[in-house]
Amino acid sequence: VVLAGRTAMWWARLRSPCPAAVPLPLCLPPWLPAGPVARERLYSSHGKEKLDMSMYPVESIRNFSIIAHVDHGKSTLADRLLEITGTIVKTDRNKQVLDKLQVERERGITVKAQSASLFYNHEGVNYLLNLIDTPGHVDFSYEVSRSLSACQGVILVVDANEGIQAQTVANFYLAFEAQLAIIPVINKIDLKNADPERVEKQIEKLFDIPIHECVRISAKLGTNVEKVLQKVIEKIPPPQCNTADPLKALVFDSTFDHYRGVIANIALFGGEIQKGHKIVSAHTKKRYEVNEVGILTPNEQPTHKLYAGQVGYLIAGMKEVTEAQIGDTLFLYKQPVEPLPGFKSAKPMVFAGMYPIDQTEYNNLKSALERLTLNDSSVTVHRDSSLALGAGWRLGFLGLLHMEVFNQRLEQEYNMSVILTAPTVPYKAILSSAKLIKEYGKAEITIISPAHFPDKLSVSEYLEPTVLGTIVTPHEYIGKIIALCQDRRAVQKDMLYIDERRVMLKYLFPLNEIVVDFYDALKSLSSGYASFDYEDAGYQAADLIKMDILLNGNPVEELSTIIHNDKAYATGKYLCERLKDSIPRQLFEIAIQAAIGKKIIARETLKAYRKNVVAKCYGGDITRRMKLLKRQAEGKKLMRKIGNVEVPKDAFIRVLKRQTDK
Amino acid sequence: SALCPQWPYCRKHCSYCNFNKYVVPAVDEAAMGACLVREARTLLRLSQVQSITSVFFGGGTPSLASPATIAAVLDAVASAAHLPASAEVTLEANPSSASTSRLAGFRAAGINRLSIGVQSLDDAELQLLGREHTAAEAWGAVEVARGLFPGRTSLDLIFGLPGQSLGTWARGLEVALGLCDNHISLYQLTLERGTALAAQVSRGAQPTPPQDLLADMYQTARAMLVAAGFQHYEVSNFARKGALSTHNLSYWRAEQYIGVGPGAHGRFVPWGEGGRSREARVQTLEPDAWMREVQSQGHGTRRRVVLSPLEQLEEVLALGLRTDEGISHERWRHFSPHLSLEAVFGVPGEARALQQQGWLLLDGGGLRCTWEGLAVLDSLLPDLLCQLQRR
Repeated sequence: VVLAGRTAMWWARLRSPCPAAVPLPLCLPPWLPAGPVARERLYSSHGKEKLDMSMYPVESIRNFSIIAHVDHGKSTLADRLLEITGTIVKTDRNKQVLDKLQVERERGITVKAQSASLFYNHEGVNYLLNLIDTPGHVDFSYEVSRSLSACQGVILVVDANEGIQAQTVANFYLAFEAQLAIIPVINKIDLKNADPERVEKQIEKLFDIPIHECVRISAKLGTNVEKVLQKVIEKIPPPQCNTADPLKALVFDSTFDHYRGVIANIALFGGEIQKGHKIVSAHTKKRYEVNEVGILTPNEQPTHKLYAGQVGYLIAGMKEVTEAQIGDTLFLYKQPVEPLPGFKSAKPMVFAGMYPIDQTEYNNLKSALERLTLNDSSVTVHRDSSLALGAGWRLGFLGLLHMEVFNQRLEQEYNMSVILTAPTVPYKAILSSAKLIKEYGKAEITIISPAHFPDKLSVSEYLEPTVLGTIVTPHEYIGKIIALCQDRRAVQKDMLYIDERRVMLKYLFPLNEIVVDFYDALKSLSSGYASFDYEDAGYQAADLIKMDILLNGNPVEELSTIIHNDKAYATGKYLCERLKDSIPRQLFEIAIQAAIGKKIIARETLKAYRKNVVAKCYGGDITRRMKLLKRQAEGKKLMRKIGNVEVPKDAFIRVLKRQTDK
Repeated sequence: SALCPQWPYCRKHCSYCNFNKYVVPAVDEAAMGACLVREARTLLRLSQVQSITSVFFGGGTPSLASPATIAAVLDAVASAAHLPASAEVTLEANPSSASTSRLAGFRAAGINRLSIGVQSLDDAELQLLGREHTAAEAWGAVEVARGLFPGRTSLDLIFGLPGQSLGTWARGLEVALGLCDNHISLYQLTLERGTALAAQVSRGAQPTPPQDLLADMYQTARAMLVAAGFQHYEVSNFARKGALSTHNLSYWRAEQYIGVGPGAHGRFVPWGEGGRSREARVQTLEPDAWMREVQSQGHGTRRRVVLSPLEQLEEVLALGLRTDEGISHERWRHFSPHLSLEAVFGVPGEARALQQQGWLLLDGGGLRCTWEGLAVLDSLLPDLLCQLQRR
């Protein structure tokens, strides 16, 4: 079987909706032979020699990841490594761009990681090199950290032309803090503008890695890639664990297969595992019987067993991806072990309302959401409804990109167009009122909806989520970028010239200040040259308030927002102006106000119609006229009445929708 | 029934006009005239109309047609149906094609009322509108017309031009009041998509007239005309000494009318071919195509749509409320024998709310707008249609 590029089969299985009703061969990549042969090859272990993994003792195993900034060549290097080790056949088709989502291409991120076991003979020893890929974006930093915890080393790829970028820095620190061996690789040395010396100096300055340790390669041409493999064997230590210990397996990724259920990617920190073993999840305490284990090459290849230090997959009758949560520890029934540290359930950081454009599409959207979340347990889904937008959901995402990827997959894979409201972040409040504390059963509460924003009088402190942002930029844009950051209430933490022309800035941002359009603003004011990455930085005290929007004194529930006091006036004014442009004139004057409690902070006045009657109406154009009037009458039925003010749905959409979708 | 023949040709495109009109190097007047005659005959036979109450030559610029052509059409009408001497027979005329001799010719042909497209009595405004004539020529044409059609001359004015102030408009109207006869139509300029003037405004070459200024202009004009003894009998129409246009009233009263000529619209029951329902009809737009159809099949009807009882009532409502008399109980009953005006609009609902707010009246006379309501009729109609549709 020819495996094209970024293990296209893997992708195809992950990506395509592949609903159960569709006959399987239709879901196969087009270059694979359809029919029972292909089916067997992919999805069944029958008639196939199972690998004996006991040939690979711990000393001959290396577990590593490749980490890099967007487009610096991580996937191309992975393709070359797979080719050199004979894991995939060398062909022109091995290009990582296959089948990617638009948002991934635009932002150069990998949403779903792949992993592969490589077999490599070095100086007479057969090595098992496990390449554990990581999702390529900070929204998935928890997954990245879990993937890294299955590794002992990383290959840090930096573009010889672009040099260190924001994500390079973030990735480096993740690996550094996990105390992993780091192999710096300077890629794309074949490019005309490549300047590996400069990049080596940046690496030395910023990461304190001696220049001579950098490997200069061209992943595209294959130059020096063998050297990288040798470095992996020499520099990265084998995993420290023992097959004689009880089973301890880390779940570092999971996917859903319509035919076989959940496929969990695991790394064994101790013991061994095989078909028939009874296992328990440390997180859910649920018990399963193992149906199949194997390695990823990179499609699933069943093995008799997996041993300590090895990496592979497991199928054990789990029905939902939530049963195989990333970071969970699996152990043998009645042989419990201390779970691996650091497990957390996926924590949504960005929330947005999602509504069908047309309510008759509700059920279709619902089933599309269900199918998409089968493969992405990190999205939280709660039913919600809005008087203006109808029935919908409140979705929680790991971050903005995660939200965008999800939305784009809905559009591209399920052909669903939705109204996505402007994203909000989870705030917190420390309650001071004994009554409220009793009601909630705790003093610290998380506030997702403005409707549940507790009054200042019963709160000792409000908290907002923050992130530590890293920006790497050519120095000529510093002034503009600093102004942008200040406007976003960010506090500068660090500023460092990584070479004569490039600067790295670190800012502590309130998360809500970057969730809407920060990335786009940064890109546009730096002509696309500045890069940005961020990591969770916990909560900080914040002067938060709830702002209401009133129409002739009546609050519009769906337009209430929680915002920082400093931003209230500007946001209030902006919302009022936008509403004024979106609500049609009516027979009376309409006051559009932004209010904090009883205090009005912004006001726009929509004047009453004083004349609204078409001048000429004779025999000629009555049909057209009647059509227009009837359309207006139909529109009336869809309007939301706030007091006596009629507000068209479009007005809500225009105000609530994310700005990028203007 | 009313009859409306269309003469589709103009000498020049006006900057604001989006009517179905054509500027061609040479008009084959004989062919066009013959086709108008033929289609008028065909449609009159189809409608089985016994008597014609009014004829209105519209366009285009019908005053560009020769009096003989007008006479031929009127002769055809008179021979196919009864055309009483009392019938109102109007011709739309441009000041640039309204010499004394032409107007006299039209009178001899049977025209007894003239509607003159003065539009403005300011040369700069006329230029902006792309009109062919000057203010002085318009003035002259109206004087000649008043001499030939005393008490039966109407003039049209446009207000709300880009850059026009309330003062300029009021002064212009004052001047026009010194010139006019007993009928005057005041049209707020509508910037129609696709016209030269709309393009100028949208690219910023001309200012957009502010909404509130337009309202002021309208209210000022209404007040001035009422003070001068005019009855404000329709949104844009004023008459004194009872000189209301019976032809136009027939549109607003949702009576039958037969459209003849390229792009003409009609509303009638085609009894002649066994029809029982009122139909909305449109004739083929393009003159040459229309003529070919008339020559081959006697008429150029392009679209016929049977109007449902609800659609008819919707038209009755939307048109009737444009007039000061509104919709009488009797006319409503004519279209809706089983559901009275009271039953539809006298019950709690939109109409009652609009009455309470002072925009609408429902009483023994029927349903009509108040003085204030007339200016915002288009904001009232969607509500009223909603209420009607629920019944």
